[in-house]
Amino acid sequence: MASTTGVNVPAPGRSVWDGGVSPMGASYGKLMMWFFLLSDAFTFSALLITYGLVRSSHPAYAGSPEDFVFSQEYWPIPEKVFEAVPFFHGLEAPLVFVGIMTFILIMSSVTMVLAVEAGHRMDRAAVEKWMLWTILGGLTFLSCQAWEWTHFIHGTGVGASLSYNEYGPPDFAAFFFFITGFHGFHVFSGVCLNFMVYYNTVTGVYQRRGHYEMVEKVGLYWHFVDLVWVFVFTFFYLV
Amino acid sequence: MEHAEDNVQVIPPNKEKIRRLWTVAGYLAAVTAVEFIIAFTMNHGPLKVAIFVGLTIVKAAYIVGEFMHLRYEVKVLFWSILIPMIFVVWMLVAFVYEGMAIGELRF
Repeated sequence: MASTTGVNVPAPGRSVWDGGVSPMGASYGKLMMWFFLLSDAFTFSALLITYGLVRSSHPAYAGSPEDFVFSQEYWPIPEKVFEAVPFFHGLEAPLVFVGIMTFILIMSSVTMVLAVEAGHRMDRAAVEKWMLWTILGGLTFLSCQAWEWTHFIHGTGVGASLSYNEYGPPDFAAFFFFITGFHGFHVFSGVCLNFMVYYNTVTGVYQRRGHYEMVEKVGLYWHFVDLVWVFVFTFFYLV
Repeated sequence: MEHAEDNVQVIPPNKEKIRRLWTVAGYLAAVTAVEFIIAFTMNHGPLKVAIFVGLTIVKAAYIVGEFMHLRYEVKVLFWSILIPMIFVVWMLVAFVYEGMAIGELRF
C-alpha cells in the first residue's frame, strides 16, 4: 500500500526532516492515531496511578484469605469481591468471570488484526467476516460488563454506590466505577468505530478508495482498548 | 462502478503472517493462564505484585509490538511512542510512595 508506507529516502545531501519525505514512514492519519493513543495512555495511567495512591494510603488486609470479611477498615481483596459467574448463583468462582471477559477481549483483538491483514490484501469478503467477529466480541464484552456492574451495585446486602459500599472503603467502589466505566466507554466507542468500518467495507467505500487504511487506524484504537484492559485486569483484579 | 470494484486484485493470504498472529494470541492466553495460577497459589506480598507487573508488561509488549505493529515501524516512531512513557513510570513511583506516606499519617 503506497499510501501508508510513504517515501523514506531523502534526496542526496538532505535530511529526512528537510521535507518532501515521511520521516516516520506512516501516513498522517496513522501517526495522529498513535499520538492520540499516547495521550489516552496518559489519561488511563492517571486513573490507575491515582487508584494506586489511594489504595496504598489505606491499610491492607493482614490476615489469611480464608478468614477475610468485608470491612470499612481496610481495602478488600479483589478475589473475594469478584467471585460470581452468571447462571451459577451462589457458586464461589473467584475471578473466573473476569478471566472469561479478558479472553473475549483478547480474541476480538486477534480477529481485528486478521481484518487488518485481509485489508492489506484488498480481500473485501475477509475484512467483512473478521470485522463482524470483532464487533461481536466487543458487544459480548460490553454485555459481560453490564452484568458485572449490576452484580456489583446490587451486591449481597446494601451493594455499592459512589458514597458507600459493602465491600470496603467508599473509594473502592468509586474507583471501580470510574476505571472500568471509562474503559467500558472506550470499548463502546470502539464498537461504534468498528461498525462504521464494517459498514464502509460492505458498501465498498474502501474498495473504491483503493486501500483499507481505515481498518488499520481503527484497529490501532481497538488494540489499545485491549491493552488498557490488560492493565486494568492486573491492577484492579489481580493485585 | 460495479466493474471498477470487480477489477481489484485480491492477494492470497500470507499463511506465515497469520500463523505468527495466532502464535502471539497463544502467548497472551498462556501468560494470562499463568497469572491465574499465581493468583491462587502464592501468598500476597511484594514478590507477587512484582511478578504480576512483569507479566503485564510482557503482554503489553506483545500487543503493542505485534498486534499494533509498532515493532516493525520506523525507529523514530517507535521511540516517539515509548520514551514519553518514562513520565508514567515516574508518576507511578512518586504517587505510590506518596500514598504510603499519606497512609502512615492517617492511620
